[in-house]
Amino acid sequence: MNFQDLLLIKHELLLTIAALIILCFEIFSTDKNKGMVVPLSAISLAFIAAVSFYFPSEGTAFGGMFQTDGLRTAVKLILDIATIIIILQSYGWVTKEDNKNKISEFYIILFSTLIGMNFMISSGDFLMLYLGLELATIPIATLAAFDRYKTKSAEAGIKLILSSALSTGILLYGLSMIYATTGSIYFEEVRAAFQPSPLAVLGMIFFITGMGFKLSLVPFHLWAADVYEGSPIAVTSYLSVVSKGAAAFIFTYVLYTVFSVASEIWLQVIVLLSIVTMTIGNLFAMRQKNMKRFLAFSSIAQAGFLLLGILGQGSLGMGTVIFFLLVYVFTNLAAFSVVATISDKTGKENIDDYNGLYKTNPKLSLVLMLSLFSLAGIPPVAGFFGKLFLFNAMASKGYFIVLFIALINATISLYYYLLPIRAMFIMKNENPIDTFKSNVYIKIGLTVSVAGIFLTGIISMIYEYLISVSVGL
Amino acid sequence: MNILNLLVIIPVLTVTGIAFTKNMDNVKKVAALGMFLQLITAVIVMFTYITIRKSGVTDEMVLISDYTWFTSINIHYTIGIDGISAAMILLTAIVVFAGIFASWEVKNLPKEFFISLILLATGVFGFFISIDLFTMFLYYEIAVIPMYLLIGIWGSGPKEYSAMKLTLMLMGGSAMLIVALFGIYYLKGSGDGQYTFNLLELAKNNMSIEAQRFFFPFAFIGFGVLGALFPFHTWSPDGHASAPTAVSMLHAGVLMKLGGYGIFRVAMYLMPDAAVEQAWIFIILTSISVIYGAFGAIWQKDLKYINAYSSVSHCGLVIFGLLMMNKTAMDGAILQMISHGLMTALFFALIGMIYSRTHTRLINEMGGLMKVIPFLGVVYLIAGLASLGLPGLSGFVAEMAIFVGAFQHDDMFHRVATIMAISAIVVTAVYILRVVGILLLGPIKNNDYLALKDATWYEKLSTLTLLVSVAAIGVYPHWLYDLIYESIAPIASKLVSI
Repeated sequence: MNFQDLLLIKHELLLTIAALIILCFEIFSTDKNKGMVVPLSAISLAFIAAVSFYFPSEGTAFGGMFQTDGLRTAVKLILDIATIIIILQSYGWVTKEDNKNKISEFYIILFSTLIGMNFMISSGDFLMLYLGLELATIPIATLAAFDRYKTKSAEAGIKLILSSALSTGILLYGLSMIYATTGSIYFEEVRAAFQPSPLAVLGMIFFITGMGFKLSLVPFHLWAADVYEGSPIAVTSYLSVVSKGAAAFIFTYVLYTVFSVASEIWLQVIVLLSIVTMTIGNLFAMRQKNMKRFLAFSSIAQAGFLLLGILGQGSLGMGTVIFFLLVYVFTNLAAFSVVATISDKTGKENIDDYNGLYKTNPKLSLVLMLSLFSLAGIPPVAGFFGKLFLFNAMASKGYFIVLFIALINATISLYYYLLPIRAMFIMKNENPIDTFKSNVYIKIGLTVSVAGIFLTGIISMIYEYLISVSVGL
Repeated sequence: MNILNLLVIIPVLTVTGIAFTKNMDNVKKVAALGMFLQLITAVIVMFTYITIRKSGVTDEMVLISDYTWFTSINIHYTIGIDGISAAMILLTAIVVFAGIFASWEVKNLPKEFFISLILLATGVFGFFISIDLFTMFLYYEIAVIPMYLLIGIWGSGPKEYSAMKLTLMLMGGSAMLIVALFGIYYLKGSGDGQYTFNLLELAKNNMSIEAQRFFFPFAFIGFGVLGALFPFHTWSPDGHASAPTAVSMLHAGVLMKLGGYGIFRVAMYLMPDAAVEQAWIFIILTSISVIYGAFGAIWQKDLKYINAYSSVSHCGLVIFGLLMMNKTAMDGAILQMISHGLMTALFFALIGMIYSRTHTRLINEMGGLMKVIPFLGVVYLIAGLASLGLPGLSGFVAEMAIFVGAFQHDDMFHRVATIMAISAIVVTAVYILRVVGILLLGPIKNNDYLALKDATWYEKLSTLTLLVSVAAIGVYPHWLYDLIYESIAPIASKLVSI
């Protein structure tokens, strides 16, 4: 190991340093300035993101376990942006009385899961993938149980850790089968040696199952709604955006490279999974009354849409999936931030509570409307482009019937995305949620998200960039 | 800079202006000013087009500007117009302008109302100037979604239900369109090696008949939903009845024409072989639309429902004319789009004005209105006569051309369909005259109505703008005919069998 290797993992190293800095800050902080950890972590993360984006590195380290290139740098940047928004959005919640004594811990744990995700994204073999996945998952369970006075939060933590344990077990079992048939765990070697023998294919299916848990694909989604509802909203949004994003990337990457020989087989699995996921996610989302559960099921349905992009294959498929992730980051986090603010100020989380919100809090209502339109795929906001490019990717391979099913689902999803909009703008309410002022961090987070929702689609450079870095898959 | 860009820029600027207007009374003035400028631009666009044509240019589309947007999928922002779109742009500008004045008295959230209304109009204008299918679709969806808020917030009656139904059905239609869009892109768009969404280039390429057979129904029904094609018309009566006045005007007047325009310009133009082959199915459906709409209107008691069903019938006639695969009938269909757009907008404007006075739309509760509000009454009568196709007004010219063209087919199927469609005209006369008889003539049933005031200046402005346009087409249809007939030819040449 030499200095060059260290440069390659600079993003992960810097994140570790940042976590340590927060730890030191915790030691020297007083009760009064504890809240300052929020800007501290947001700024340091922004700095890290900027550094690793402006000085990108390319190459492999640790004998092929770790690899990085433009594509991975782009994905890491997207996750960094998402985490920054989540940090800003969490301010109102962490500074509450219950959490005051453990503010810094939240951010340290958040950073360590992010480090796990980064290692997972950059993995060059299955071992690193597994290590990164575990480093990412176990701290999240702590975060999910962070509201320890709420039983629902504790329940979410235990559900998350148990279901991840199960899914990781399945994943490892699958990896061992792949190792048994190919004799290697390195992506390149497995790719060369992979033959679609029954055992190897079973290993691949187990891998898909394990990742399906992380992505909350139907039928592996049963943990999602309860965990999403029980966790603090900052954790929910982290789970549904960052965690899912990292898993989606590495899932797509492994399918495209390692299992490229067996593409005939996994394409069928993906088609099936995406149809079921979209449909079930939609059907359940329609009936939800709680905004958090509503967004949970909507993000299950969105994961189904995401799989459609994988059908595109090659650089078109990868670029489109990452673009959708970016759009999804801004869109979903805007929605979650509004829900978080309202929940922090009033404790209300049901769709009915939002009745008449536009009269009292017009700006928040407009942001939520915008993000719901973006989730539903209405132009000219980013969600429209994200979805249409997914459809384009799959249509390029001739999946027109699946496309039609996906579009029917998109129309169904419009129905439930309109429900909160109906509540906010159309329904009358005797005593709506009072007018309130949100704190400055939430405002910054929302501004970033709204700018992202408006600009990511219209500015074609972003999509072109993501396609260009995915070339060669 | 291309003048067509102004057609999108002016509404966007108007929306921005409204958003920054502090005084609620000034909101409508800003909106009116913006849409007045838009109307002038539309007129200039039309004359520019005529001048270019007179100078001997025979290109299919003129005033083309092309900006590359997404290079990797070859999406461009390409704009340009031909005679049909120039006419449709003028129609839209007139209807929106009249619509602003028809909603002069909006009290509830006026800012949001005018912003949504003009956003909707932006989508329509953008749709008509697009040559690239992707941007065309983008604008199409922009035009649909503000409807939900417009009906939901400012509507009347079962507005939430109607708004949801309308939005979901139209979005369902656009879902089918996306399938067709990508089908065309991947199976027709690769003429010179690179895929394209450009309409003019697509038209030059070939598409296998099997692919056309599969994708034509998607494109046709996708647009047909918006054109109130039976059995996908059910959003129309509920939606129109619940919508506020200006929205009904814009929706029935312009948005439903997007359907006809799209069918002609996208579905039939790009997949002509399948269009000829499958026309019979859709001729049956449109014939049902025409008759069903007319009979539906007879049974209604609510003025808006009457007009909504009559719109189903008349828009059915548009698609019917297009499907006749005959140049004369197609000319008539395009004329009908414009003529019906103006007429129905006028109707909805008048209904809104009458409702704001009598607070009821049920015709049985009203009577003798001609005596108390003579101006509105006379305009209503003229609009009614135009609707039933009285010579000298716009409806006659359009319907005549459609039927003359349709009757040139000498086989049994087309003859029967034509005769059935013509019989709807008689039914139209019945329901129009029935309304005129009960509503305007006859005794005054309610003494409160004696105190009603006749039209105010903005109502007169709104109705007269539309009325003059209707009369202008009826008395001298040639100016409109000259505008459109050259542009219909290249599309018709791919389709016409006789």
